[in-house]
Amino acid sequence: MKMIAAAILILLGVNSALAQDPKTCAIPSYLLLADNELKKVVAAVKVGRLNIAVVGSGSSLLTGADGPRSAYPARLESTLTRRLPRIAVKVVSIAKSRETADTMAKEFEQILAEVKPDLVVWQTGTVDAIRGVPLDEFQGVLEEGVERLQAGGADVILMNQQYSPRTESMIAIGPYADAMRVVAQHYGVPLFDRLSIMRHWSEVGQFDLHAASKTNVLAQRVHDCLGRAIASLIVESAHLEMAAPKPTQ
Amino acid sequence: MAVTAVPNQRDLRLDLFRGLALWLIFLDHIPSNIVAWLTIRNYGFSDATEIFIFISGYTAAFVYGKAMLERGPLIAGARILRRVWQIYVAHIFLFAIYMAEISYVAASFENPLYAEEMNVLDFLKQPDVTIVQALLLKFKPVNMDVLPLYIVLLILFPPILWLLLRKPLLALGAAVAIYAVAWEFGWNLPAYPSGVWYFNPLSWQLLFVFGAWCALGGAEKLGPVLRSRATAIAAGVYLAFAFAVTMTWYVPGLSQYMPVWLEEHIYPIDKTNLDVLRFAHFLALAALTVRYIPQDWPYLTLRALRPAILCGQHSLEIFCLGVFLAFAGHFVMVELGSGIGSQVLVSAVGVLAMVATAYLISWYKGVEGRNPSRPKSPDADLAGGEA
Repeated sequence: MKMIAAAILILLGVNSALAQDPKTCAIPSYLLLADNELKKVVAAVKVGRLNIAVVGSGSSLLTGADGPRSAYPARLESTLTRRLPRIAVKVVSIAKSRETADTMAKEFEQILAEVKPDLVVWQTGTVDAIRGVPLDEFQGVLEEGVERLQAGGADVILMNQQYSPRTESMIAIGPYADAMRVVAQHYGVPLFDRLSIMRHWSEVGQFDLHAASKTNVLAQRVHDCLGRAIASLIVESAHLEMAAPKPTQ
Repeated sequence: MAVTAVPNQRDLRLDLFRGLALWLIFLDHIPSNIVAWLTIRNYGFSDATEIFIFISGYTAAFVYGKAMLERGPLIAGARILRRVWQIYVAHIFLFAIYMAEISYVAASFENPLYAEEMNVLDFLKQPDVTIVQALLLKFKPVNMDVLPLYIVLLILFPPILWLLLRKPLLALGAAVAIYAVAWEFGWNLPAYPSGVWYFNPLSWQLLFVFGAWCALGGAEKLGPVLRSRATAIAAGVYLAFAFAVTMTWYVPGLSQYMPVWLEEHIYPIDKTNLDVLRFAHFLALAALTVRYIPQDWPYLTLRALRPAILCGQHSLEIFCLGVFLAFAGHFVMVELGSGIGSQVLVSAVGVLAMVATAYLISWYKGVEGRNPSRPKSPDADLAGGEA
């Protein structure tokens, strides 16, 4: 009887809780492909400063008093600052809840003028999926947006949706994620595949993304890992650890 | 004027493939389901929806075409509208179940990580608007797009069927023209709260009318083309091409082998407006299927195929059950664990439940049918009884 119960538990995936609890934010290499160049970032780092703008919706934010400090844009900044000690790294987060790709893109001119980013991390796709924005419209906005950012002198990284198991059957994010992949491929910009990365963390048992929680504990840990992962993508895509001016010994 | 005859013989292949399509739609509707890798959408451009809509058009013409010839357009039209009503009620029933699930999640789930995602529940704040929009088929939750499409296709079907019986090629030509015009000008029905229908009825009608046209003698006209070697080779080559393209989406690193000019030419492969590539993919699949599985294929009577055939014969009930089971299955996985084991278990239990229900309905209809005090309804069990 016990064996049957154990077998059922294993079948239901309860065993994932027993798996080791890695403290790292490990990501398999195929989920963090750095095969697109970030020329503007390389150029900026050569002169010792790096301006990054994160444009996104509610999933780039965390609530609470320590929300701004613990959301992934801030984590990205502190990771990059640590990994590139000679570079003045600044990450500006321009994220608002409920913003579609179209609304964000309308602010690009202003962001380019005010922040003068070398790199824009454009997180989108969730709100458009919730609203059911037609796919061709969404893709058109992405294409135009990427072109405008590039013309304005910034590299671009597209970031897709969070893996959110609870709302999976309510929000059809798949087609929007596909559209983002297509646009990223077409323009040769890196796609930060947050969806697959978080799904991977859920599958290996690193985070329990099913659990309800009133506190920010899990959210902060996830955002910390996301910030580190984007930092890795930037560093590897731009080969920064080699390009950065060497600290004098 | 010569009126097209409606074939008499029941084609088990239709039931079989519609049943299989229903299983695939169910598997595809469970999010993050490893079993869904078995379904055809991962290996080419089209998916089970094309099969379902084509066969539904085919059987609709078969069932109501007979009624239209025997009883006249008025009676046949009335029957079609009665069917529309049944489907509408089924859709609203599914919507009620969806509301129950989503309301439960809204009340019980909270996580700051997913603050943005939970905005999908916004519509619960104004049920007065949402429910009316759902009744108008403008508000359609995820995976509840097929029945509204089917409703619109059937409402428009009486005049189309009338024309198909008299001037089949004209009717088919009109369907192609509507498809082309909708594609060119971006016509679609509006949805709530924004956007358009996920399955554009003006585009998908082409597949439905094409199915109906095939049922009313078109398939025979196409016979020589379908039997030709050239068609088989072309279909095989196209399926291989589609397979190769799809693999570049899933296998990391393969995408670099996809030529840019080809990407620019074929992407995005538009499901909403039934992209020509999808339609062609379905045609290629159908051509090869018809070639290698003839109507008198001996294996069609195998017991092993019986479950799929029965599901295909009661498609409305089984389709609705599948949508419900996909909700319920996802719910179970979220609550109890979503490991590979539970994905396989939920998928298997779901398909078994669909099969068991099909057997039950079939048994009940059989018992009722044998009861002499109750006259058999004229279109019951023709080509699966349902359109």
